[in-house]
Amino acid sequence: MKYILLFCGSRDEARPASSPEDVQRTYASVGAWLTRNSSRIGSIHQLQPPDTATTVLLEGHSRPIVKDGPFLEGKELVGGYCEIDVADLDEALDLAKTWPGRTRAVEIRPVVAHDLPAGLDRP
Amino acid sequence: MTEAGEVGSGPRAARSTALPATVHAAVAAAFREEAGHLTAALVRSLGDFDLAEESVQEAVVQALEHWPREGIPTRPAAWLLTVARRRALNRLSRDTRYAAKLSALVREPAPEPDDRLQLIFTCCHPALRREWQVALTLRAVFGFTTGEIARAFVASEEAVAQRIVRAKRKIASAGIPYRMPGPEELPGRLSEVLAVLYLLFNEGHLATSGSGWRRDLSEDALWLTGLLCRLLPGEPEALGLLALMRLHLARADARFTETGDLVRLADQDRSLWDHEAIREAVALIERAAAMRGAGPYQVEAAIAACHAEAPSFESTDWMQVVALYDLLLELEPSPVVRLNRALAVWRVAGAQAALRELDGLAGELDGYHIYHAARGELLSEMGRDEQARAARLQAHDLTHNPAERALLRQRLLL
Repeated sequence: MKYILLFCGSRDEARPASSPEDVQRTYASVGAWLTRNSSRIGSIHQLQPPDTATTVLLEGHSRPIVKDGPFLEGKELVGGYCEIDVADLDEALDLAKTWPGRTRAVEIRPVVAHDLPAGLDRP
Repeated sequence: MTEAGEVGSGPRAARSTALPATVHAAVAAAFREEAGHLTAALVRSLGDFDLAEESVQEAVVQALEHWPREGIPTRPAAWLLTVARRRALNRLSRDTRYAAKLSALVREPAPEPDDRLQLIFTCCHPALRREWQVALTLRAVFGFTTGEIARAFVASEEAVAQRIVRAKRKIASAGIPYRMPGPEELPGRLSEVLAVLYLLFNEGHLATSGSGWRRDLSEDALWLTGLLCRLLPGEPEALGLLALMRLHLARADARFTETGDLVRLADQDRSLWDHEAIREAVALIERAAAMRGAGPYQVEAAIAACHAEAPSFESTDWMQVVALYDLLLELEPSPVVRLNRALAVWRVAGAQAALRELDGLAGELDGYHIYHAARGELLSEMGRDEQARAARLQAHDLTHNPAERALLRQRLLL
């Protein structure tokens, strides 16, 4: 089954910035985690912070409206995501529990299995 | 003719509209023993939790209609299996996508070692919210009907049905596996199962309204905890919970007067306690302790044993009780445990010391009736009658359980 792990955090201004050494260490352990689990991981992306976001509003408007900032408001944010392919939720939970990044929580979302039209299959 | 008549309906009981309690107890015992096996067997052969569970539920409803009238079949398991399989067949034959599953159903499922554990762990998966776990366990493992669950939890049948549908939808869509957790996961997953069982037990234990016949949740919970202890003999916390339940039940007869009034621990007639059952429970605690894996249920059972083994309220080993609460707080800190500890401190160090401890809990427990009832008792002993009365009034207003309300009303008049 395919799942997306959403790496969740909060826009916590009070949280102290990591030292460059800490950042290096985190990247190293994330790298090791990726190598260890490479057979189960599709793609992984860290996102730029929400203040870099641009949103296109569609429904409820006569034409698409472009605005600055993220769509989701509030304190919580998704800082990155990772696609995994595992047997079941327990295996996804095992992966999430060992995620070494600086992340408040990991949300596990199953992916809807759509049949893509011919030619659109992933390589 | 019943749907599974050919399996042999056994001795026919005389038709009667008023169903004797013994028949109901026998029907409940048959479900308790068979429903989980049956669901597990069907999940195994169909590979479809939802369909298996639904078919068993329909068989249970059929049995509830026929057995009380016609007698329990000599082979209740075979009766239920025949009906459940026929139900599953009917559903599958309406859908051509399920050809493979159909052929699986036609084969007699091979007997397996007890695989109810997988079923229990799936129903109590931590990815399901507690009220879903409870409803699903009652249906799939115990063979409760939706209506029985609704009555036990004072909820509407629609609400219970909704919980079951949502739980099964999540099992399918989120990929919750149907299997035993691995050894590393087992302690955490087991504590989830035990929490569901203790909740069921307490729901039955505290139930006071006996409007008509209903299945005894406490007995069902006790039975399944015993089954877990047999299937997972190396788990001390399961033994701890079993001991705790037995200690509660051993003292159940003394908890209410003949007119249904609640009796406080200090006032209970200890000769009514089942001292043989208490000895057995203490032996369970000792067996668990020898396994060297301390846990909250074992400690709670040890506290209950301190009370159960004391010849009188006054001669209770309160120092030991306080020490056990300290241990419990280390394992599982909670304001309610601190409240209970304070009540033991009362007996060791006096009302003033206990009240000081309670004052520290005011913020967290302001909505909890026992907190105010305890304050009422302490203040009253200290002669602060006005404050005691106010605390008892507050406790009374926060209580929903009729027996507890009655006891508090009585304390208000003192």
